[in-house]
Amino acid sequence: MNIVVCVKQIPDPADPGALDADHTLKRDGKLILDESDSYGVEMALQLVDKAGSGEVTLVSMAPNDEVSGLRTALAMGAAKAVLVSDDALKGAGALDTAKVLAAAIKKVEGADLILAATESSDGYTGTVPEQIAAVLDLPSITFAKSVEIADGTVKVQRQTEAGYDECESPLPAVVSVTAGVVEPRYPSFKGIMAAKSKPVETVKVADLGIDGAIVGWSGAGQEIIDVAAAPAREAGEVFEDDGTAAEKIVGFLDGLKVL
Amino acid sequence: MALSKVWVHAEATENGVAPITLEMLAKAREIADVVEVFVGGDGAAVAATVGAHGATKVHATGDLSGKLQGVHVAGALAAAIEGGEAPDLIMLGTTQDGRDIGARLSVKLDKPVLTNNTEIEVGDGIVVSTQIFGGTQIVKTKFAAGSPAIALFRPKSFVAEESGGGAAEVAALAVPDAGAAGAAKLVNRHIEETSGPKLDEAAVVVAGGRGLTEAAKFEMIEELAKLLKGAPGASRAIVDAGWVPYSYQVGQTGKVVKPTVYIAAGISGATQHMVGMKGSKNIIAINKDPEAPIFGIADLGIVGDVHKVLPQLIEALKAR
Ligand SMILES: Cc1cc2nc3c(=O)[nH]c(=O)nc-3n(C[C@H](O)[C@H](O)[C@H](O)COP(=O)(O)OP(=O)(O)OC[C@H]3O[C@@H](n4cnc5c(N)ncnc54)[C@H](O)[C@@H]3O)c2cc1C
Ligand SMILES: Cc1cc2nc3c(=O)[nH]c(=O)nc-3n(C[C@H](O)[C@H](O)[C@H](O)COP(=O)(O)OP(=O)(O)OC[C@H]3O[C@@H](n4cnc5c(N)ncnc54)[C@H](O)[C@@H]3O)c2cc1C
Repeated sequence: MNIVVCVKQIPDPADPGALDADHTLKRDGKLILDESDSYGVEMALQLVDKAGSGEVTLVSMAPNDEVSGLRTALAMGAAKAVLVSDDALKGAGALDTAKVLAAAIKKVEGADLILAATESSDGYTGTVPEQIAAVLDLPSITFAKSVEIADGTVKVQRQTEAGYDECESPLPAVVSVTAGVVEPRYPSFKGIMAAKSKPVETVKVADLGIDGAIVGWSGAGQEIIDVAAAPAREAGEVFEDDGTAAEKIVGFLDGLKVL
Repeated sequence: MALSKVWVHAEATENGVAPITLEMLAKAREIADVVEVFVGGDGAAVAATVGAHGATKVHATGDLSGKLQGVHVAGALAAAIEGGEAPDLIMLGTTQDGRDIGARLSVKLDKPVLTNNTEIEVGDGIVVSTQIFGGTQIVKTKFAAGSPAIALFRPKSFVAEESGGGAAEVAALAVPDAGAAGAAKLVNRHIEETSGPKLDEAAVVVAGGRGLTEAAKFEMIEELAKLLKGAPGASRAIVDAGWVPYSYQVGQTGKVVKPTVYIAAGISGATQHMVGMKGSKNIIAINKDPEAPIFGIADLGIVGDVHKVLPQLIEALKAR
């Protein structure tokens, strides 16, 4: 069982986000493994374990040859990584990202399953995994809250508004997983040391046979024309509870006539 | 300037048409001369409802049971568009199926899909707005890839309104063979039992977070919701912890709610939570930390212990 996991490396969500002058997200500091993708990495490691053979390969697209997030995922147990890093990708939209990742995935031989998160923490378009499947002309199941593999078939519980759908697909396939599908492991000290020497292949778009002029700003087909502060919501009164909190709330609800 | 034609994704549910569809139809009528819908399923089942909300035609694939919507509906749309039926704009909801269809279609048409939008304007081109950084900033983006534009909208961005129109005419939308990409199957559906008003339709929402400290304490939230004839909700922290099902989750990756009153108990007010409830008319927050961000948007803030305040509130309401 060979599994490719798409892992995004993002600015630390604990820091306040900011935009660059060209309206793209500031990504010049250190980037870390998107927590959303730690679930895909863990799921892949468990599936390979269960299958008894195979390995987990990571693919990522990130600026400035960033590998910090990849090292975290390698320390968890992934075997190797392909990183696409190229100035031509600045301004890339989700579709461009999917084209690039799909080409990187093709470089990985014998992939049975491709995992991604349902949505990233910074851009959260939630379209990249399904777009990757479309570019690769593969079947896909999104919003997986449980994933099992048996006899060349992946069985998924797909989260829905009302509950979940039992779905299945022949392999190879693309599956996007929700947060909480599995409990991601913490990298062990041994894992962290081992990760330092695991292979990370860094490539440019040209190495993937992609024309730099059709991805990034020039290819995005969208133009940010304005960024403005949203009207702020005014804060009301804040009380320290002195035993009368319930009374205050009931009074407030009464005033709104919802009782 | 108005668009000549807009297609809206009609999402069928067990009991009719999803609210997001009707919300988008109201907006579509404002910006376009002709409003039509497409549905991955039976057209007759939705024709009356979407007609009453202003759609004149339903492009329906017919029965898709056993299949996943994304690849097949997108394939059908792409074929219709190549066949010369192209609308200026395709609107879908930021929902599971909406995202799958929009994503697959974007590859088929080699055009971007703009997601998570809360507004759309038509003037010098089609411009959509999306809220970023937890709804503190609004980004406006213009489509620059020729028509049709593909856009996904967050639920509750628009207000549904009937137009008084009659049933929409049903037209067949042919589904081409998707080949290997169409091989995934839907084997069985599981619907979770719910009682009381729906989370995204209730006038009162009582939501609990990690501050409740343990799963059993969520009963206080359920009881309070019942007393207020509202719906219980939750932060993602306690959904991920397995205390309550995902259908309870409010926020960026959960439901968007806009009730008359939203009560947040033991919820810190992370940006991803706030984007799902900031539009509530009134917000009451109970949190023991006076610095909790939730107080920044609360109309009534109580710095206190949920284990004291909630039982007292329940007693007070029962006494009335
Ligand atoms: C606030 C904001 C809004 C945006 N809105 C849009 C929009 O409406 N339309 C649009 O086309 N672009 C949009 N973008 C740009 C978009 O975020 C980038 O193109 C990004 O490279 C991919 O999209 P995502 O992170 O939203 O992917 P998602 O679809 O949310 O990502 C899902 C999963 O795909 C995988 N994945 C995604 N990107 C990578 C990567 N670089 N490397 C490895 N795996 C990856 C990961 O597993 C990830 O968890 C937006 C960006 C920002 C910051
Ligand atoms: C991509 C992405 C998507 C996300 N989507 C969502 C989403 O849709 N919805 C969502 O909710 N979150 C979402 N999150 C998670 C979000 O960032 C927060 O982690 C989450 O909302 C925190 O939940 P919480 O407020 O219950 O927990 P915490 O942040 O841990 O807050 C608990 C609060 O309880 C208070 N408290 C503790 N004890 C008591 C007491 N006895 N009495 C009163 N108060 C007490 C504390 O002061 C604290 O403020 C998302 C995150 C990411 C990265």
